[in-house]
Amino acid sequence: MSDHGHELSFWEKYVFSVDHKVIGIQYMITALCFLMIGFGMILIMRWQLAYPGTVIPLIGKLLPATFAPGGILGPTGYNQMGAMHGTIMIFLGIVPLSVGGFGNYVMPIQIGAPDMAFPRMNMMSYWVYLPGGLIMLASFLMPGGAAQSGWTSYPPLSVINPGQTVWLLGMVFLITSSLLGSINFIVTVLNLRAPGMTLWRMPLFTWSQFVTAFLLLLAFPPLEAAAIMQLADRVLHTTFYMPDGLVIAGQASTYAGGGAVLLYQHLFWFLAHPEVYVLILPPFGLISEIIANNTRKPLFGYKEMVYAMMFLGGMSFVVWAHHMFVTGMAPAMANFFLITTMIISVPSVALLTCLILSLKGASIRYNTPMLFALSYLPLFGIGGLTGLPLGLTVTDIYLHDTYYVIGHFHYVVVTGSLMALFGGIYFWFPKMFGRKMDEGLGKLHFWGSVIAMNGIFFPMFIIGMQGQSRRLFDPTAHLHNLIGQPMHVISTLAAIALLVFQIPFIYNFLNSIFRGEKCSDPNPWRATTLDWACPSPPPHGNFAKVPRVYRGPYEYSHPDHKEDFLPQSLEKAEA
Amino acid sequence: MSSTAEAVETVEYENVGIPDGKLAIWLFLASEVMLFGTLFTSYIVLRSAAPAWPVGWDVLNVPLATLNTFLLIGSSVTIVMSHSRVQKRDFAGFNTYMAITVLLSFGFLIVKAIEYAAKFNHGIAPSTNIFYSIYFVTTGLHGLHVIGGIGWNLGLLWWAKNGGWDDKLFEGRVEYAGLYWHFVDLVWIFLFPALYLL
Amino acid sequence: MNPYSWLLPVQASSFAAKIDTGMWVIHILMFIIFFGWLIYFVYLLVAYREREGHKAQRVHISHKASLAPDIIVFASELLIVFAIALPIWSQVKMTMPDENKSTRVEIVGEQFNWNVRYPGPDGKFGKTNSAFVDFSNPFGIDPSDEAGHDDIVVVNDMHFPVGKPVLARLTSKDVIHSFFIPSFRIKQDATPGLVVPVWFEPTLEGNYEVTCAQLCGVGHAIMRADVKVESQAEFDKWLASLAPKKAEAAGEDW
Repeated sequence: MSDHGHELSFWEKYVFSVDHKVIGIQYMITALCFLMIGFGMILIMRWQLAYPGTVIPLIGKLLPATFAPGGILGPTGYNQMGAMHGTIMIFLGIVPLSVGGFGNYVMPIQIGAPDMAFPRMNMMSYWVYLPGGLIMLASFLMPGGAAQSGWTSYPPLSVINPGQTVWLLGMVFLITSSLLGSINFIVTVLNLRAPGMTLWRMPLFTWSQFVTAFLLLLAFPPLEAAAIMQLADRVLHTTFYMPDGLVIAGQASTYAGGGAVLLYQHLFWFLAHPEVYVLILPPFGLISEIIANNTRKPLFGYKEMVYAMMFLGGMSFVVWAHHMFVTGMAPAMANFFLITTMIISVPSVALLTCLILSLKGASIRYNTPMLFALSYLPLFGIGGLTGLPLGLTVTDIYLHDTYYVIGHFHYVVVTGSLMALFGGIYFWFPKMFGRKMDEGLGKLHFWGSVIAMNGIFFPMFIIGMQGQSRRLFDPTAHLHNLIGQPMHVISTLAAIALLVFQIPFIYNFLNSIFRGEKCSDPNPWRATTLDWACPSPPPHGNFAKVPRVYRGPYEYSHPDHKEDFLPQSLEKAEA
Repeated sequence: MSSTAEAVETVEYENVGIPDGKLAIWLFLASEVMLFGTLFTSYIVLRSAAPAWPVGWDVLNVPLATLNTFLLIGSSVTIVMSHSRVQKRDFAGFNTYMAITVLLSFGFLIVKAIEYAAKFNHGIAPSTNIFYSIYFVTTGLHGLHVIGGIGWNLGLLWWAKNGGWDDKLFEGRVEYAGLYWHFVDLVWIFLFPALYLL
Repeated sequence: MNPYSWLLPVQASSFAAKIDTGMWVIHILMFIIFFGWLIYFVYLLVAYREREGHKAQRVHISHKASLAPDIIVFASELLIVFAIALPIWSQVKMTMPDENKSTRVEIVGEQFNWNVRYPGPDGKFGKTNSAFVDFSNPFGIDPSDEAGHDDIVVVNDMHFPVGKPVLARLTSKDVIHSFFIPSFRIKQDATPGLVVPVWFEPTLEGNYEVTCAQLCGVGHAIMRADVKVESQAEFDKWLASLAPKKAEAAGEDW
């Protein structure tokens, strides 16, 4: 990356690098690989859902017999891939891509820092994340296979099922990695801003990373404690989650009893609801950057958006039990969580409203990153709105744990966060490699993906309404699912189409690193923030001279300035 | 800005007036509070749901645990002393107090090992019942934190002899070790009554 | 009659229509909010596209006006919460019917069956103990308790009389299951170590399906049971036919 580091060996420069930019790219590429692996798993599962009991084409015969006897996916294999799909996509895909990848690469240059506050800790964070991911993948090779109790890992099932110990071990690595990362992010934002970069001048992407870091810091330890107790239940035979009188497969349980099953669910969702905002906020910050840049005008309600993000972050700690309305938790408690859930929807609406109003008066450039960013708004809107019937106690009685839930959170995380992250890749690619990605292929990738994604996830609302439960290996085993079976076929075909439309992206990404159109200007998008004020790609230490910041982040089309963007680091507007 | 030496200029970055390391250790401790807080919450939930709960002093060795409490409090005092010796640039004093701290922490672990061994000899294990599940997992996790602290403190002793004493970061690192150690002590101060006395 | 359609299944319980009202109200509201907002969004995309002679302007939008969507969404949410969610939730999950006027059953989930126990002619459930559980005695009914001798146990096949509330005590003996009858709009997790009361009142005779809505292991997909809602007379006849051979009925017939 950098020509300043010529005294460094290849290993120090590209593998065990302490440079936040190298670490960011390492995170990004690893996370993209994990996203592909997780996507591959769901393709196999989707084949089984659309055409239950048929041989999986192309790869069916290659899968081990424990997984897919005779090329037909078995229920054990289905449950293993189901659990690992969730785990991989969330903990190894989206979060490492948005926080580890973009957070590491973009946040320090956006605040004018030479690197993260603790570069070696940053490197360690990646080198704890990668083994965590590899442990997760390796669990498929263990006797008994990978974890098969869902990514939520509810006991007692997770305590008695094979594969869970390795999953818990992998989670300990991933939790450690994100704790190291979050401490580093917070200290960097607080103590390493360029002169003049007050908190209220920070770009929204940096704000979103800052709020996210607090969520990771405070929400993961409870999951860690929950995982430690589950691990103890499995390894030491403790009884944290094992109640009295269990009879498993006709045999009285050897556990001493006295544990509480619901305890785990409370602890899990105490993490996992803030985790939802970890999945949402950084991509939101990211599209705010793209939209500000491509509307050529200041964002509407910058401060409101920052306050809304902080409010969301704080509130996300008091809504967790809306995942548990029908678990047998005291029904009166549900009413409390119903109200907090309705309250938390308000700042989310405010965030979307601000971005939409930002379009008013704009001169919208429809380039590839902007298309991805704009698609986020209505599709994330669908994801958010379909959260309402799930957050309402009454409708949740019926919709809880149906395909409606799957449709809802995939609209939030895939058509929302993942699309935003794709947009981010197109947007910051010139910064990372000094070359642009191809626009034509980018637009093909966009239109193909956006149509395919809706084709995958919209049918899920319909079969969810019909009452189809999630995580069913074979939906046709139930009478009430038969009518919706064509929807599974549509969904599966759309998933295959989505795979096809990733080919232009992969080609475009790899090809553009070496042969993309060179950017003569380090600021090809004519942007205002500091990340575009340093060379592309930035050298080691980022800025030749520490920049000074004179104004807020989005001074586009300033009336006193000759050009339509007024960079943060420019001392005076020029007429 | 610990090791970004290349980019260091005579520029004052915007900051909140707390050194990086201190900020980081406080954030780390915040996450630790959440970790042990969760375990305490689980203890309360499980205990309130249980039909019967053993009284700590009937089933656990309270005198040994009391001894352990004094050992840890003592070590918290000596680590403060060792930090003040660093500020007074008293190398021998720092070494003495830090060594006492490490010895007291080893003492804590030895007493803990005696307690554990006595339980195992009576056929009591984490799997015996929910009370012992909590007892072994919380004290075990606390024990791991003690071992971590010993490692850190031994590292400081070694570093002091090998160039660390004159390093400008040295005093800060001793202070952070002290903050961490106080936290480990504090966790015990909560664990002791929760498990042994109540 | 096929109780299942492309939308919600048939409303076969007393509160199904109320829950469906909630479903339709919230979905219509979602459509109105979404499309209202989408039309404005598309208008902005077209009106403010980059083109010759058009420049971005730093227009002033009043912050009060920008609060309108928040207020609309929050107001409609509050309306739904107080008009629909709280009262119906309290009816379905918090207000149990009179025990003496209900069909009382115990439902226990296990991998991968739904076991149902009726108290028999004496109206009393016998004591249970997990030590007595085996394949012929899935509830672990204590043989020394007189009250348990006439208990009727069925597996994966439950009958209920129409027009009379069913009051069930729901639990599980191994992992978490979730008792879900789509046509009745009732769902409740069956959690080991926790006995949760559930009620519903079948209002339409017919055959329905119970499913498991919570991942419970390898056989999660095949965990299902039949529900037959019939007249009180037919129900009594069915119950009487089971009484003498209750032990055999508990076989593994899935």
